[in-house]
Amino acid sequence: MSRIHVTTTINGEAAEFLCDAGETLLDVLRDRLGLTGSKEGCGTGDCGACSVVLDGRLVCACLVLGAEAEGRTVGTIEGMTTGEALHPLQRKFLEHAALQCGICTPGFLVAAKALLERTPDPTEEEARYWLAGNLCRCTGYDKIIRAVLDAAAEMREAH
Amino acid sequence: MALDSKTEARKFKIVGTRPLRPDGIDKVTGRARFGADMSAPGMLVGLILRSPHPHARIRSIDTTRAESMEGVHAVVTRADFPAFVEDEALADVLDNCMAGEKALYDGHAVAAVAATSGAVARAALKLIEVEYELLAHVTDVDEAMRPDAPALHEDRADETVPAGMSDNVMARHEFGHGDIDAGFAKADRVLERSYRTEATHQGYIEPHACLATFGSDGQADLWCCTQGHYMVRNTCAAILGMEQGRLRVTASEIGGGFGGKTTVFLEPVALMLSKKAGRPVKMVMGRAEVFRATGPTASSSIDVRIGMAKDGRITAGFAELRYQGGAYPGSPVDMGSMSAFAPYDLEHVKTVGWDVVTNRPKQAAYRAPGAPMAAFAVESAIDELARELGLDPLEVRLKNAAREGTRASYGPTFPAIGLEATLRKAKDHPHWSAPLGPNQGRGVACGFWFNFGGDTCVSLNITPDGTVTVSEGNPDIGGSRASMSMMAAEELGIPYEKVRTIIADTGALGQNDVTDGSRVTFAVGLATIEAARAAKREMCKRAARIWEIEEDAVVWEDGAARPAGPNAGKHPPMSLAEIAAVATNTGGPIAGHCEVNAEGAGVSFATHMVDTEVDPETGAVKILRYTVFQDAGKAVHPAYVEGQFQGGAVQGIGWALNEEYIYGEDGRLQNAGFLDYRIPVASDLPMIDTVILEIPNPGHPYGVRGVGETSIVPPLAAVANAVSHAAGVRLTHLPISPPRLLAAIGAK
Repeated sequence: MSRIHVTTTINGEAAEFLCDAGETLLDVLRDRLGLTGSKEGCGTGDCGACSVVLDGRLVCACLVLGAEAEGRTVGTIEGMTTGEALHPLQRKFLEHAALQCGICTPGFLVAAKALLERTPDPTEEEARYWLAGNLCRCTGYDKIIRAVLDAAAEMREAH
Repeated sequence: MALDSKTEARKFKIVGTRPLRPDGIDKVTGRARFGADMSAPGMLVGLILRSPHPHARIRSIDTTRAESMEGVHAVVTRADFPAFVEDEALADVLDNCMAGEKALYDGHAVAAVAATSGAVARAALKLIEVEYELLAHVTDVDEAMRPDAPALHEDRADETVPAGMSDNVMARHEFGHGDIDAGFAKADRVLERSYRTEATHQGYIEPHACLATFGSDGQADLWCCTQGHYMVRNTCAAILGMEQGRLRVTASEIGGGFGGKTTVFLEPVALMLSKKAGRPVKMVMGRAEVFRATGPTASSSIDVRIGMAKDGRITAGFAELRYQGGAYPGSPVDMGSMSAFAPYDLEHVKTVGWDVVTNRPKQAAYRAPGAPMAAFAVESAIDELARELGLDPLEVRLKNAAREGTRASYGPTFPAIGLEATLRKAKDHPHWSAPLGPNQGRGVACGFWFNFGGDTCVSLNITPDGTVTVSEGNPDIGGSRASMSMMAAEELGIPYEKVRTIIADTGALGQNDVTDGSRVTFAVGLATIEAARAAKREMCKRAARIWEIEEDAVVWEDGAARPAGPNAGKHPPMSLAEIAAVATNTGGPIAGHCEVNAEGAGVSFATHMVDTEVDPETGAVKILRYTVFQDAGKAVHPAYVEGQFQGGAVQGIGWALNEEYIYGEDGRLQNAGFLDYRIPVASDLPMIDTVILEIPNPGHPYGVRGVGETSIVPPLAAVANAVSHAAGVRLTHLPISPPRLLAAIGAK
């Protein structure tokens, strides 16, 4: 089976890889590029643990083919920090104890960042509905929602 | 060994604060390594072939075509494993990991392959030819107990089961005291009800995963996500017939467990594939495999009879509990039977539990295993009785609440416990008196969990520059490394930031029990404190040596060795760092350690309060408000205690409203995915309010009780009580999914 050569941009850096036609973007990120921060919780787009941003759009990497990344830009959890500096969402997740086991955390952070880019001042309800595609089994979501709203407030003040 | 069993009255400096967790940065940046995140050079991919039949005799398995496929390096079946495993429970674990004579449920593993890629492995699975002889199956607990039900096993029932029952009945348990008939005779009202709960899955977001490397010298290494890597080592060694010391297991970060990762599924298979292939083998389950073949909890069918006097005093309580635990013995009906009436001080109480097998996956522990369904039944009945007698449900519970000195329904006498405190706090809370609107109802319920202690090892090392490393052997699921660092820092009198706690592999420490039973903050905390005390004693000894005074003339205060009194001479205090810096010259490296079977885990109680709104048109239920009141003994890191309260409550809400294993007539699981098995999502819920009570556990030096499990015990009943009041009809079958609620409203 011949493989497809893909040229793309991941977290702002040029990247290229070979993949099978049926290989998901998630498998490419994890198994070919070593970016294991995106997690596979279901493989069917139900849990959001593999949330990444493709050309500015929040997607489940398990539902995108690796070949579809050709010529596009991909943003993953590994690109969320700027140097040493955590993104406010990352910091607030730690301060609010918004993670227990942490497996869903990368997906929540990527999804929450996409929310705040569209809606800098979300209501609690808006945050809950935007993040309804990200499953967390540990926290009951309380501290996650608080962290997202607190990060939003801090980011608004910074502007 | 019970360590100093008196809780000290003390002012804490670090315990009770909310520092950041040491594994936090890794977990918000994607750097943390979970089960599926590890690779090895030359690694193969392992996959499992699973039975599509709920019950079938395996006549033959032909692997020759798969084995000859290019890229396939090993195929294993049960024939590759030792023919005999002495321990019956471990023999069942092996049979569950790889079927022997029969496939016992839809999804049961029958063969496995290791190949150069997932694609090759998937293709190879299709080339394995299994000849099945289909057998009649049973998946319902009550049907499985009928004498004519299809039997999974022959002659497996233990001696507690009366003759003439179905072969699927494995054990009978009985607990209680007094004379229930005499108690019922004193009642003004006796209520009898039957309840059902469906099987739910732990629902951890991380599927099972491992990476096994078996060397030709007979030594093996295993990386896996588990709640207990020492358990994995011991279980795999027994199943594979190897010595425990030759298998080193390293626990990855773990993406949730809730009891579901207290056993093995892939690990022995991966080791055997690696042994045969001579290369590392990685195995990762898909979500459908997790649902079909890993531990859900038991489903239950429970009859309750409770007698109550007009004043709310419970005169007698009886429950008969039937739990199916899947294809092997060991449902948690024993713990359900013990915990059902544990919150109450009863003169006459009796429970009988039946352990039943069915053609479903072998159940695994799920957060307070066995207790939530028992509490659902008993707390629903108490609520109904209180309402019938026109009594306040919290007052009724206060009137009957177990207290210090109460003889528990399962035997022991309680020391200081916190149930009454949670009830009083609930009664005084604004939530209890808040107004309700139309179609809204409020429910309350209590819950109990035993809490475990068990084998625990901690090694605390003082580095030459005066920082401290703590090595412990219990995978950290919810922030326990932070808690251990806090307790070590508290005890040593140094800043939290000076301590780093790691989870050591099985080669580094003695035996550690699994991260379960809400044991870690209690037991590992106790061992950490004791290890710190040993290190302090050694540091005092070093100071005595330097000062040339007697050892007992030195005390440890505020992070430094000091002369014990004026007679000890005038010596400036020596800090931990100062003592560490000269350790080489005073006797060598300094460490403290503790190896203990920790006893004295204090039992835990909670009261939950919930408001729900019912949509009579659709049958949908909305959670409007939720408050948890629970005794933590001493909350080491309150944010993570709150997190345990909230997470348990929400899992319980899912169990009460949405989650269930649905089997078709064909015996196959119909909803093996998160789309059809619906766990609560963010938009389903309000904030979950928490109230932490602190009634010190006399068995821990700081008063700590485990908090992880009790929080899932009350919500099933609390939600059902709230929905029953909102809908005006008593709900006795969980989950209260929209179709079930609509049917109940329609039958009103």
